[in-house]
Amino acid sequence: MRRVILAVLSTATGLILLLSFKTHPSTPGAAVSTGTGGGGGSDPTGGASGGGSGTGTVTVTGDEAPTRYGPVQVQITVTGGRLSDVQPVEYPQDTPRDVQINSYAIPQLGQEALAAGNARIDMVSGATYTSDGYITSLQSALDKAGLG
Amino acid sequence: MTAPRTVHVEPCMGTVFTIDIRDPGPWDGAVADAVGWLHHVDAVFSTYKEGSDISRLRRGELAVGDADPDVAPVLALCERLADETGGWFTAWWGAGLDPTGLVKGWAVERASERLAAHGSRNHAVNGGGDVQLAGEAAPGRPWSVGIADPFDRGRILATVSGRGLAVATSGTAERGAHIVDPHTRAPARGLASVSVVGPSLTRADAYATAAFARGPEALGWIAGVPGYEALLVLPGARVVATPGLAA
Repeated sequence: MRRVILAVLSTATGLILLLSFKTHPSTPGAAVSTGTGGGGGSDPTGGASGGGSGTGTVTVTGDEAPTRYGPVQVQITVTGGRLSDVQPVEYPQDTPRDVQINSYAIPQLGQEALAAGNARIDMVSGATYTSDGYITSLQSALDKAGLG
Repeated sequence: MTAPRTVHVEPCMGTVFTIDIRDPGPWDGAVADAVGWLHHVDAVFSTYKEGSDISRLRRGELAVGDADPDVAPVLALCERLADETGGWFTAWWGAGLDPTGLVKGWAVERASERLAAHGSRNHAVNGGGDVQLAGEAAPGRPWSVGIADPFDRGRILATVSGRGLAVATSGTAERGAHIVDPHTRAPARGLASVSVVGPSLTRADAYATAAFARGPEALGWIAGVPGYEALLVLPGARVVATPGLAA
């Protein structure tokens, strides 16, 4: 059987995984930061830990992010520069719809974000980029590492 | 120690294709074959090129039987997927025949098969964000595909890893609201993006197009399609996924 592993990092919960290709082109590290992800795409505002080089354990509670299903807040733990734990602090469970959506989304975060913290990305899937858009895309950064 | 890697980047179909081979090379001939194939598909299926077979079919200047031999099988695939998706995937949009929602994924999957025919067992082909993988990224290490955040494509929302996988994503980023609800003809706005994971990129691409048109309700539909899983990003940046993606 094909094994599929998915790691979910939700912008709504304020988790952002940043890949740092340029400093470590052969072994992309990961840096994790928290931010207010309410509308998605907002700049990180919380503490950040650099990829690979950090030591010790840092626990950061993200800002509460308003979503259409209610407020969502998570706490992340970074150990030795890697994401080691994610705990939901608050998530909506008022309506049957919320329960259903959370049963898909929130419980996966703790376990799966662990995998993402150690993930090495080979390819990027996203909405089709234009030729111009490619130049500044993550995929372009990955390709440059291979093109040498 | 550096693992063998041959990377080729090719602008085609208004986007950029990446071919990334992880077997000991050289792969010049295989890459040239795959690249030639992609440009052939563009020349035949482009809705932007006046002289393409699809454009001529749309204008009634060409019959399917007289078109390039790849046209009839692709249109048959489109019909099958329209049936399977209850009409949420369709090659018949407002402006007439337009198999775009499937052709890129199909072209990438066929390009991967061409590389395999040249002897490559481990490679990835990425067509502007739709990825077909063969084998693994390195001995003992499965491929890992990052799914871009539709609100900030410099960020990775999730990673999917596996062997022989395909990942297709439909969304509004960069090209705007270009997928239409085939039932209302209005631009689909129920999702920010949808990524579909499964063995075949042809199907994953068509399912992603259909799911994007359908909106959040597509989650339950994809969950019932054997071998395929989906990750949906809702307009409020909330992420939901089918249970099979929960590892």
